[in-house]
This record gives sequence, C-alpha cells and structure tokens, in this order.
Amino acid sequence: MTLNVENLTVHHGAIQALNQVSFVVRPGELTAVIGSNGAGKSTLLRTLSGLKSATTGTATWKGHNLLHGKAESHVRHGVAHVSEGKSVIPELTVEENLDLGALWRRNKSEGNATKREVFDLFPRLEERRKQTTETLSGGERQMLAIGRALMSKPELLLLDEPSLGLAPLLVKQIFESIVNVTKQYGLSVVLVEQNAMGALNIADSGIVLNLGSIAVTGSAQALASDPAVRAAYLGY
Amino acid sequence: MFQVINTLLIGITSGAIYALMALSIVLVWRSTRVINFAQAGQALTSTFIGFQTLKYVDSFWIALLVAMVGGAIISALIEVTLMRVLLKHSTSGAIAGVAPIIATLGLLEVLQAVITLIWGGADSLITPPLSNTGFTIGANTLVFSPMKLAIIAIVALLLILLSLIVQKTSIGLSLRAAAFSPELARLAGVRVDAVRTLGWALSGATGAVAGLLLVANGNGSFSTASMEFSLLLISGFIAAVIGGLDSLLGAVIGGLALGIITAFVLMYISDSLFFIAPFVILLLVLFIRPQGILGKKGGRRA
Repeated sequence: MTLNVENLTVHHGAIQALNQVSFVVRPGELTAVIGSNGAGKSTLLRTLSGLKSATTGTATWKGHNLLHGKAESHVRHGVAHVSEGKSVIPELTVEENLDLGALWRRNKSEGNATKREVFDLFPRLEERRKQTTETLSGGERQMLAIGRALMSKPELLLLDEPSLGLAPLLVKQIFESIVNVTKQYGLSVVLVEQNAMGALNIADSGIVLNLGSIAVTGSAQALASDPAVRAAYLGY
Repeated sequence: MFQVINTLLIGITSGAIYALMALSIVLVWRSTRVINFAQAGQALTSTFIGFQTLKYVDSFWIALLVAMVGGAIISALIEVTLMRVLLKHSTSGAIAGVAPIIATLGLLEVLQAVITLIWGGADSLITPPLSNTGFTIGANTLVFSPMKLAIIAIVALLLILLSLIVQKTSIGLSLRAAAFSPELARLAGVRVDAVRTLGWALSGATGAVAGLLLVANGNGSFSTASMEFSLLLISGFIAAVIGGLDSLLGAVIGGLALGIITAFVLMYISDSLFFIAPFVILLLVLFIRPQGILGKKGGRRA
C-alpha cells in the first residue's frame, strides 16, 4: 500500500499553507517531513487525516482519496493520526484512551489483544492503566498517544512532532519506539518533526518543506549530509 | 424535628426533579456546548405526549415511557435539523458563540406555540399514579407521600442507569470522548455527529421524565402557562451551573442541594422567597466557587 500525494494545495482562509505538494510513501517506509515553524508540516498531516479540507490535489491511499470524507472514516481505512501536543484525552483514564482507539473495530477480544501488545511495548502504560491521563508525564502521554493509534489497527501512521517538549533522553526513547512499531506492524509512516536530525536518523526518506512547498526531497541519508539542508535545518 | 424531616423530604423530592432537568441541560452542554433554553418547552411537549398517551392507555408508567421516547426523538430532531446547521454556519463574527443559544430561546417560544395549537391553552390534567396523601408517623401526617417516594426511586434508578451507560459502555466512552475532545475522538474513529445526536436524545428523554414527574408531584394539572415549568427550567439550569455544567454527578448534587435549601427557606424564612431563593444560591455559588462544585478551576481547553 502506497500513499500517493499529488499537487496538494491547502489554504487557511486567504493564506496558502501548502502549495502543489507531491510525494510518495512506499509500504513499510518511514518518511520524515522537516522544515521550520509555519512551513505547513502540521497542515499536511491534518489534511491527510481528514481534519482539514484541501483546495486542490489528490492523496490516494488504498484506492481512497483521503482528501474526501471525514477523519472518522479514514481511521477505518487504516489511517491513524497522532496530532501535535495534547494528543490524549486528559479526562479519561489511560486504559479508556486506549480502548477508545479500538472502539470502531467493534471486536472486544481483538481490541484486548492489541492492548496486550501495546502494554508489552510500553510497560509504563500498564502500570498506570487506571490513572487519569492528567497524571502522566509528557513522555508517557506520547507513548499513550502512539498506543492509542496502534489500537486502531493502522497501516499508515501520521505522527506530528512526537518529540515536542520532551527531554533529550525521552526523545531518544520515543524515536526508538517509533522505529520498533514501524517494523513490528509493517507501517508506512509520515513523521513530522522540528527535531530534523533525530527524524532523519530513523527515516528512510525525507522531505524538506519551506513556506508550504517542497524545497528538497531525497533519501534521509542524502538529506542529512546535504550541506544546504544542514545549514538551514540542522544548524551545522 | 418532625418538621425538619418533613421539609428535608419535600426538598429531596423536588431536588430530584431539578436534578433530572439539570442532567438534561448538562447532557446537551457536554455534547454540543450549547445551553438549551428550549429544554423547558421540550419537557412540556413530552409531558403533553404523555397526556395524549393516557387517552389511549390507562397507565401512567406506559405514558412515561412513550413520553421519554417522544422527548428523545424531538430532541434528536432539533440537534440534526437546527443545531448541526447553526454550529456549522455560525463559526465567525460576534454572533458565533451565541447564535445557537439564542436559537434555543426562539425554539422555546415555537414549542409553546405548537403545544397551544395542538392541545389548547387551558389546564390539562394527568392524575398522579400513586397517592399524594402523606405517610403518617404516629399522630403526625408528613407531606411526604407514596408518589414522592416513587419519584425519588425513579430518579435514583435513572441516575444509576445513566451513569452505567456513560461510565461502563462503549457508547458512554464515545460520549465522553466526544464531549471532552471532539477532534481526538474523531481521530480515534468516533462518529462525533451521531454521538452528539445521541447526547441530545438522552437529554430529551431525561427532560421528559422531569416534566411528567413534576406534574405528578403536584396536583396533576398543567398548561403551557404553567409557572412550574419555567421554574423547572430555571432550577435545572441553576443546578447545572452549581454542579459545574460539565459534570453529571455535579448536576445531581446541584439539583438536590437546590431542592433542599429552597424547601428550608420556604418553610423557615418566607414563602415569598420562592422565586428568589434559587437565584440567591446561584449568585452565592458564582461568587464563591465560579467553576461550580465539581467544575475544574481554569476551565477546560477548547
């Protein structure tokens, strides 16, 4: 299953947020999207997951155009979006947040089996399963957000800044978890990150967004060693 | 002592009915962030549906069930046809936040006009199914009657049922997720529009019970001009605010507290305070604890 985005243009009112963006994410591939603040990275993910409507273009996934239809339908086609920042519901317990992700599957035993896998991946979540999410640390919340996405049995995972606000050691852990789940479930992943170096380190390919347009694209390795990219986004 | 118990029981009974009204307001608030002033009109309409049912069947309890179903359907229709459209279209400008709320005020008038058209403006009568003659303790007769006892039992039963649905079922989890974070709920696959309609339907059914029990708690007569229904809306609304507007448990506590305090004020201070007492309580709560008894300080994120 390939995600095929072609000529995607998105507006926020009169302002153009994305301009003619085209790229392909192949099955099992992790694509990092990097770029400065306001480059349109989050808008890209919000459009793909159905939270924001596009002006023109197509985004094909499993024969569906993701630019039509609602977010709640996309989940049923294997698209899971972990949105930026507060991507868990603080009023619910850890376990309820997870259960929520599997509700649409209408199969309690399947859901429980996935929950077991998530707890094996993130043992901290099992220890805290009955606590409300408000009591979790930033890193635990991010684990929970990824866990909830896994509960919906995704094939395409859209991750928005999973390292945001985390301490360096936790950032490393979260990135490792992302690599693990990508391999374990054979996911296609679009990873949006401010932490460009960290993201390119674990990605197969990379896209640099600048003011809503694709500036550079290529293998993650090539991007990480490209002097222009290094100067502009990696800071050295 | 006798008088204190008597007053307390009267307060709990009317408090239980206020609690139902508060619940129906909170259910709508949680699902769409709208204060539904039309709820009084909906409850009155449901009560008339019960009244109409009683012309064909001779059971108050069946009429209550029919009124609940009718109230749920009316409420769901209001959400689908009116609220969904309004919330979608009024997203900017000064009117954005208040348009749906003003619409519910208009709807209240429309419902009352429709009722008058169908059933007329004169007093209608629903005979309470149980005796409203008070229990006797020794030589004393309480105001507390079998009917009042049944009202408390019905409300308790409904509360247990509602909290089981909300806390223990998948539907309840969808309801809570959609209430607290619609966007994350949608990303998790919850069909938020359908869940909102369900929230309104539950609210309509709860309001219907409040309306019929209100009538059964009195002498059984009611009309579009019934002061009791306006007071029910005001008390329910105040109870919901006291409870924090977001909390089902808070609504129940708010309703009971309001009922009991009002009963004592009427008994021991003056019954001319009947309409004023709830507002005084509301103001006190807003001054001392503006987030409500169970509300969270600082409010919730959008």
